[in-house]
Amino acid sequence: MEKYLLNINDLKVTIEDKEILKGLNLQIKEGETHVIMGPNGSGKSTLAYTLMGHPSYEITQGGIQFDGEIINEMKADERARKGIFLSFQYPEEIPGITVEEFLRTSKTSITGEMQKIIPFRRLLKTKMEHLGMDESYASRYLNLGFSGGEKKKNEILQMSILEPKLAILDETDSGLDVDAIKIVAESVMKIKDEKCSILVITHYNKLLEYLEPDYVHILMDGKIVKTGGVELANQIDEIGYENIKAEFSNI
Amino acid sequence: MERKKTYIEDIDRGIYDIKNDFTYRYKTDKGLTEDIIMEISREKNEPEWMRDFRLKSLEIYNNKPIPTWGADLSGLDIDNIITYIRPDTDMKHSWDDVPEDIKITFELLGIPQAERESLAGVGAQYDSEVVYHNIKQELIDQGIIYTDMETALKEYEDVVKEYFMKLIPPNDHKFAALHGAVWSGGSFVYVPEGVQVDIPLQSYFRLNAPGAGQFEHTLIIVEKGAKLHFIEGCSAPMYRVNNLHAGCVELFVKENATLRYSTIENWSKNMYNLNTKRAVVDKNGTIEWISGSFGSKVSMLYPMSILRGEGARSEFTGITFAAEGQHLDTGTKVVHAAPHTTSTVNSKSLSKDGGYAFYRGLLRVAENAYGCKSTVSCESLMLDNISKSDTLPIIELNNDNIDIGHEAKIGRISDEAIFYLMSRGISEEEAKAMIVRGFVEPITKELPLEYAVELNNLINIELEGTIG
Repeated sequence: MEKYLLNINDLKVTIEDKEILKGLNLQIKEGETHVIMGPNGSGKSTLAYTLMGHPSYEITQGGIQFDGEIINEMKADERARKGIFLSFQYPEEIPGITVEEFLRTSKTSITGEMQKIIPFRRLLKTKMEHLGMDESYASRYLNLGFSGGEKKKNEILQMSILEPKLAILDETDSGLDVDAIKIVAESVMKIKDEKCSILVITHYNKLLEYLEPDYVHILMDGKIVKTGGVELANQIDEIGYENIKAEFSNI
Repeated sequence: MERKKTYIEDIDRGIYDIKNDFTYRYKTDKGLTEDIIMEISREKNEPEWMRDFRLKSLEIYNNKPIPTWGADLSGLDIDNIITYIRPDTDMKHSWDDVPEDIKITFELLGIPQAERESLAGVGAQYDSEVVYHNIKQELIDQGIIYTDMETALKEYEDVVKEYFMKLIPPNDHKFAALHGAVWSGGSFVYVPEGVQVDIPLQSYFRLNAPGAGQFEHTLIIVEKGAKLHFIEGCSAPMYRVNNLHAGCVELFVKENATLRYSTIENWSKNMYNLNTKRAVVDKNGTIEWISGSFGSKVSMLYPMSILRGEGARSEFTGITFAAEGQHLDTGTKVVHAAPHTTSTVNSKSLSKDGGYAFYRGLLRVAENAYGCKSTVSCESLMLDNISKSDTLPIIELNNDNIDIGHEAKIGRISDEAIFYLMSRGISEEEAKAMIVRGFVEPITKELPLEYAVELNNLINIELEGTIG
């Protein structure tokens, strides 16, 4: 049997008694990059939140296996410690806590090792340089007053510091200009080289030009309806979701 | 599945709750009569005018109703409060001479240590009288006076007479009148023109006796171009009977002078804290209030700044933390009575376990006070669904050549913010503590260091409780 890092089996998820995911299957192996595309309301963000363990999303059927363990009942912090990372579409603003303080606490918690101030500051500085972030962001309050693009970069900064096994990028490309997309893609490629698996959730294919995904999945009405290579993303770009939808309703 | 809830623990009251045996040299009977007032005055060997002032205040007190517009004061029974308790010692100028049990109390509270390390002078009041007062010689050489009010009344009678209860007259409200009648102890500070005191002075008020009232009077005069930082700390052990604190603080900030007045109030939860604090600021002078309210059963506390000189400034930074059984009605009042005066109000409150934090503020701009600037921000964070918060900021503007900014926010701790932090491997408890710490951060950085540490510790102490 093949070994999957993430194995989602017939997953049904409801939020406030409304079923959003209706029997979703997805398998991701170590080091693979998967893309999930789909129109608004198809369940993309629900999938991201469910994988991260948001308490409002209730799993009613099926299971999520991560790194050999069913994680359905795990809280978000336990999942993070197991190696799941979610880059949020709309990251929260937390006043009074600096980016550095927050990330050092986070890294300490995830690695189980106290992060010393000076080496950590050095690491943070290097990673920020890669992302073209000004050093001053380290001492700013977490996401407070950041522009949309700065928030996304800050998510990617956290990803590269925390070095997860699986990084879920929820609409990370939205709000980023062309240059910023390129910089973000480079950081993603770097952790990919470290055998990190990537799950990109998007409804554009801007990031995909750089990421060379192994698989592209189309999510519609809570299910994956089609899986292919990068050509599938291009096809959607040309003909749009409506035509894909039509294709399925014909079957 | 069992649901867990986490909460931020109360302040660890271990140190504060240590009670000493109730020994005293002299105390009045419970309640309030002319005879009691005469006794207090005689016991203190006061000048006649002060005795008359007390008697006049008593008369006002008897004719004023208990205010009903704020917190519920029905549990307060003045007839059962002992208004005057002289501890069994005279005032000392060396800690070595202070009686052992009283000294140990203050040592546990860290007062002598703070004096050695970071203060220019210290006063310590135990029940109704000041038991210790000391000030560094170099400050005395600069002409600074820092002493207890009783000594001030004897040695600087003319100064006391000129300023005493002129800013807070006894007819201001019922508890100001009560204070005028039974006041005892407190600190007197005089900073001469041009003298800048760089390290703080601190007075600490400790109420040990059960069923008693503490009515200390603080009078500070900062002359032209002078500068002072004064810290006031308060605590009391927990008893089953209610205690009352009705102190008065009168601050006179002269032209170009600066006064920073920091208070950390950590009374026990049987205390009615009905304190009145007021500052009057002359031309280009500055008053800075730092106010932390953590303890007491009921607090009604609204430090007031009267900006009467052109270009005068006031800054108020306040934090209130109301836990189970506490109703903390706090805020600030600012009166812009001269042109080009500026004020800033930054208030934060936390409530948890059914606590009630109420922000009550007044901003008044007089007719002639054109070109004024004021920024008011009050934020409240409720840590659960059973706690309450309200804000009542009253703004009265009597001219339109002014620049006013006002912001008020009340909210519960955000589940999305908690989830965001948890998604980075941080536990739910730590995530909540981080959010709370972040919320109060703008305040903690203004607090004197040891109090900032204390506040952070209180937020760090977390408990995981279980609900079925």
